[in-house]
Amino acid sequence: MTGLLHERQLSRKTFLKGGGALIVGLSLTGAARAFDDPKAASPSHIGGVAGPPDPSQIDTWIAIHADNTASIYTGRVNLGQGTPNGLLMIAGEELDMDLGQLTFVEADSNVTPDTGNTVGSSSITSAGPRVRAGAASAKQVLLGLASAQLGVPVSSLTVRSGVVTGGGRTVTYAQLIGDKVFNAQLTASTLNPGQGVAKPPAKYTLVGTSPPRIDIPDKVTGRFVYAHNIRVPGMLHGRIIRPRGQGAYGTAATLLSVDASSIRNIPNVQIVRRGDFLAVAAPREYDAIQAASQLKVRWKDNPVLPGDGNIVSQLRAQDRAGRMVNTTTVTGNVDAALASAAKVISASFTVDYQMHGPIGPPVAVAIVEPDSAVVITNTQGVYRLRDQYLAPLLRMDSKKIRIQYVEGASAFGHCETDDAACAAAVISQELGGTPVRLQFMRWDDHGWDNYGPTHLSDVRAGIDGKGNIVAYDNSVYVMANTHAQETTHELVGLGSLQNSQLAGGAGPTPTTYNIPNRRAVGKSVPLNGGGYLKVAPLRLPSSPHSFPAEQMIDELAHAAGMDPVAFRLQNLTNQRSIDALTTVAQIAGWKPKVAASQLSDERIVTGRGVALSGTSAAVADVQVDRKTGKILAKHMFGVYDVGLAISPGLVENQMVGAITQTVSRALHEGVRYTKSGVTSTDWVTYPIMRFKEHPSLTNVVIQRLDQLPTGAGEPLVACIPAALANAFFDATGVRIRQVPMTAGRVRAALAEAGVTA
Amino acid sequence: MASKLKIKVNGLVHSVTASLDTPLLYVLHNELHLHGPRFGCGLAQCGACSVLLDGKEIRSCVTPVAAVSGKAITTLEGLPALWAKERGTTASSPALHPLQQAWIDVQVPHCGYCQNGMMIQAADLLSTTKNPTEDQIRTAMNGHLCRCGTYPRILTAIKQAAAVMAKGGK
Repeated sequence: MTGLLHERQLSRKTFLKGGGALIVGLSLTGAARAFDDPKAASPSHIGGVAGPPDPSQIDTWIAIHADNTASIYTGRVNLGQGTPNGLLMIAGEELDMDLGQLTFVEADSNVTPDTGNTVGSSSITSAGPRVRAGAASAKQVLLGLASAQLGVPVSSLTVRSGVVTGGGRTVTYAQLIGDKVFNAQLTASTLNPGQGVAKPPAKYTLVGTSPPRIDIPDKVTGRFVYAHNIRVPGMLHGRIIRPRGQGAYGTAATLLSVDASSIRNIPNVQIVRRGDFLAVAAPREYDAIQAASQLKVRWKDNPVLPGDGNIVSQLRAQDRAGRMVNTTTVTGNVDAALASAAKVISASFTVDYQMHGPIGPPVAVAIVEPDSAVVITNTQGVYRLRDQYLAPLLRMDSKKIRIQYVEGASAFGHCETDDAACAAAVISQELGGTPVRLQFMRWDDHGWDNYGPTHLSDVRAGIDGKGNIVAYDNSVYVMANTHAQETTHELVGLGSLQNSQLAGGAGPTPTTYNIPNRRAVGKSVPLNGGGYLKVAPLRLPSSPHSFPAEQMIDELAHAAGMDPVAFRLQNLTNQRSIDALTTVAQIAGWKPKVAASQLSDERIVTGRGVALSGTSAAVADVQVDRKTGKILAKHMFGVYDVGLAISPGLVENQMVGAITQTVSRALHEGVRYTKSGVTSTDWVTYPIMRFKEHPSLTNVVIQRLDQLPTGAGEPLVACIPAALANAFFDATGVRIRQVPMTAGRVRAALAEAGVTA
Repeated sequence: MASKLKIKVNGLVHSVTASLDTPLLYVLHNELHLHGPRFGCGLAQCGACSVLLDGKEIRSCVTPVAAVSGKAITTLEGLPALWAKERGTTASSPALHPLQQAWIDVQVPHCGYCQNGMMIQAADLLSTTKNPTEDQIRTAMNGHLCRCGTYPRILTAIKQAAAVMAKGGK
C-alpha cells in the first residue's frame, strides 16, 4: 500500500475534477486504496463515472491482470468479520485461482457493484451467489478462449492457479485476457454451489479450507490504513458540537445561543452553523478539540425521556392510552390451548438500550465543492450513503457524489458512521469545499449513537401432561429503526421521521420448536415525540426476542420436571436443530438433570444453562456470588451450523467474537439516561466486559457441504443471554428476566425470591 | 502557542511543532504519520492509543507531548526493532516482534483497531514477566477494551509469544 494523500503533490482540483484523468489523479493522490493499486481499476469502469456498474457484465465483477492476478469487485466491505477472505475464496474456487492471486477491491460508488449494504450477516448469503456467478461466468469465457488457443475442446482442459492446460500445452489467464475486457454477460445473475456452471461442492479445493485472513498482517504492524488515518491536502480537522448525550428522538437539539468570543484565544478556528447543526474546524486537530470543548453554547432542555428504570411503565401507560399500533399474527387457537394446558407459565422480560460502541469513533473525510463531492468513510453501504443520506442533505445529484470505503473500527450495526459522513460533508460545504476530516469524540459517539432498541415482552406458554409445548403467546413492544435519516438531517432542519414512517411490525414466536398454537402481537411504539431514544440495528436485531423465548422454553422444561436438553429435543423435528443441540450437549459433557435441582447454600454457586436458536446452540457455565450479585461466565460452549462454511476458520472466529461480545451485552451493557438525555458518554458510564472476566470458549462448526452457505456473524448471538440466564437459574433457583443482568439486579432478584447468601 | 520540540520515537529523534499540552497521540499521528497508536476515547479508558515510554505502557491520548521529552517512545511500528535490541542482535532486524507473529498465527484481530494497545501492553508485561500465568495476563490486560470480542485469542497469543521469547525467539 502506498502513502496517503498529503504525501503526494497533487492539487485538490485534480483530485476532484480530473474528468477523464480522474482515475489518474486518484491513483497519484491515493485517496482510496482501490486506486493505489492499478490492478484495482477494472478496465470496464475505471472510476470516472458514477456507479453502480452494470451487474450483468462480467467486467463488473472481475478483472484479470497481465501478471496473472485478478481483482474482484464484490460491493461488500470488511467490517472486521473477514468478508474479503470469504468472497475471494468463492471467486477463486470458481476461477481455479489461488487466494494469493486475488485482490479484494474496496467499495467505491464509482467502481464497485451495488450488492446491498453490508448488514445482517448477508455477504456470503446474498453477495456470495452474485460473486460466484461472476467468477463462474468468467471461467466459461476463459475456457472458451483457451480452447481456441490450444486447439483442444473445453472438456479436455484443466486449470490450476490461473494456468490452463490442454493437449500438452499451457496458457495463462493473463495471456488470454490480461488487462483486457471480457465484454460478456454473466450466464446467470446468481449461482448457488453446483448450480448451472458453478462448481459442485464435491470438487471444491479452496472453499471449505481456512486460509489466514489477508488483512491481519498489516493490522498487527501499523501498516494498515484505517479511515481514521486518511488525510487530504489542505484538510481541516472538524469536531461537532451537540449536547453531551442525546435527548428524546424527534427533539434532537435546539440551539439557543453560541458565544463565538469564548474561543477567541484558539487560533484559526472556524465556527460552522446550519440550523441547529454546530461544528468547529481548525488546521490543527487539538485546536479543534479544544474549541469544541470550550465554545460556550446554550441548548434548550427538553426533559421528556422517562429516565432510568421508568421505560416499562411508560410503555404500559402509552399502551393503555391507545398509542401503540398493534399487529397480530395467529396460528391455531392459543386461548383454547392455554386453557386446556397442563401447565402455563407467564413472565415479562426486558432488555435495555444497548450501544454499538466501536473502539474507534465514527470518522469521515469530505470534500464538497459546488458541483461535486467525495466522501471517504467506513460506511456499511456506499450507495445508501450517497443516495439516501448525502444527496438530499447536500441538495446535490447523487451522480456527482462519490463515496469511497476505507475500513474503520467495527460497530456491529448502524452506528454513527454515516452521520459523521453527513456532518463532515455539511462542514466542507459550508466552508466552500475545504476538505474536512471529522472525527467524533468519545462522548459524541456514546451519546449520539443509534442504540439497539430497548425491549419489553410479555409471554405466556403452556405444555401438556407429556411435556409437549402446546401454545406460545408473545406480546412485544416493537421499535422501528430511525436510521432512514441521520441526526445531521434533523439538525440542519430537514425534520425527523414521523411515527407513520416508523411502523414497528409484528412480533415473533420461537420458530425453532413445534408449537401448534401461536400468537404474536407486535405493539408498534410511537418513537417520535413519545420519550424514546433513536435506534438502529445492533448485531442480531432480533436477539432481544430470543432472550425471553429461550428462557420460557427452559421454564417450561422445569415445569415439566424435565432436563432442559431432553425437553427441547422432544419438541424439535428439524434435524439440523437437533444436531446442533446434541452436539453442544456432547462437547459440554452435559449431564441430564432438572435445572436447579441441586442447589447449594454456599455464597459462590455454579450453574449450567443451554439455549438453542435455529441451527445455533450454546451452553453456559456460570459462577454466581450470591452476596454481591456478580455473575461470571466461566466457560461457554458454542455450536454453529451455517450450512456450507466457506471458511470454517472465519466462522469459528465469528463465534469467538459473537459469544464474547454478547456475554458483555448480557451481563454489563445498558444505556443510562435522565429525563433530559443520555448519561452513558464514555466507557466508565457504559461499561463493557473487561479482560479479567472473559469466559474461556469451546466452539464447534458443523460443516454441511450439501446446504447453502448462510451468514455467520450473528445467529449465535441469539443463544447467549438466555443460556446465561438459564445457568443462573440452575445455580440459584431464581429467574432473572432483565438484560443486562447486573449485580444490582441479581441482588434484587435474589432478595425478592427470598434467597440470601 | 506552538513550540518546537524534539521527541525520540522508535529510535529516531524528530523535530515537531506543537503546543506543549498537545497530547502525544496527535503528534504521533498528524506530524509523524504513525498509524499504530489510534484514537479511541481520549480519556485513557480504552488503550487503543498506547505506546511504550521507556518500556512502560502509557496512554498517548492524555500524555502531553512536553512530558515525553528526553525519553524513548516505542510504537507498534517499533516493536520489531525493540525485539532485536532485546535479543542483542545487531544484524538485520526481524520483520516482526514475536507478539505480532503470534497475533497472526492465532488470527487474533477482527477489525484490529484496539490491537495496537493490546500488543503494546503485552510487550510491557513480557518485558518484566517472562512466563506469565493466565491470571497475570488477564490482570495486565484488564485496562484495554476490545469491542469485537478477541480477548480469548489475545490470551492464547500472549502465551505463545511468551514461549517464543523465552527461547530467544527460536
